[in-house]
Amino acid sequence: MELLERFAAGDLEAFEALFRQHQNEVYRWTVRIVRDTGAAEDLTVETFWRIYRAHQRFDPAAGNFRAWARRIATNAALDHLRHARKETELSEDYPATPRGDPAVSSEVRGQLRRAFLELPAKYRLVATLALIEDEPYDQIAEAAGISAALVKVRVFRAVRMLRKKLSSFGLEAAAK
Amino acid sequence: MSNEEENLQREEERELQALLKREFPPLQNSELQRDLWPQMLRRLDAQSEPFCIPWFDWALAAAVAAALLLFPNAIPALLYQL
Repeated sequence: MELLERFAAGDLEAFEALFRQHQNEVYRWTVRIVRDTGAAEDLTVETFWRIYRAHQRFDPAAGNFRAWARRIATNAALDHLRHARKETELSEDYPATPRGDPAVSSEVRGQLRRAFLELPAKYRLVATLALIEDEPYDQIAEAAGISAALVKVRVFRAVRMLRKKLSSFGLEAAAK
Repeated sequence: MSNEEENLQREEERELQALLKREFPPLQNSELQRDLWPQMLRRLDAQSEPFCIPWFDWALAAAVAAALLLFPNAIPALLYQL
């Protein structure tokens, strides 16, 4: 029996094999969204826990395990963004680049960081992947379980929200 | 969406994208530093343990059931308290 079929049948050894094959990829995807190594490790385990519980729903004949795992990881990361407190999201793992552009004041950078972290989770998810990580819209759409058109709309709205927040701080001119 | 709006959107995106990338460097090459299988096993073990109710809870439930059987008139008062 193939590995995926054994996994779908509830075989723990098959699950372990899949875990070892895909843990790094799930982690890499998750850390790009949550930007915190500790949280990304926990979310990788959470993702595989959800995968293990849902093994009966996985169709080994039609299913693409990698895409399925990525979608579950995206949902887990989205849940994390929804529930994590703002303070804990300001991770020390990946601080801002120490050498900032001197043309952009530290005030603008600070307000931009704050405004970005205050975005609603679903907008922050697509904005992070599309604007920071340069992930193609169709890849984001597949991972988030939405259409590419909706990803585009959410990126647009996220940009508008950021602009509005920056201008409300009186920083629009400085940000340009 | 008109062409003008699309162009405006693209321009806004590019400006903010540049600022965001400065503030949040991309993490495309971040690698997992350790094997997470032991952590996964602990999670699986914790979830597979049978649900355990402490003896005190059983004793409390038994006492309440006995009291209700012996004093059925107390049921309305108990419901009122709830």
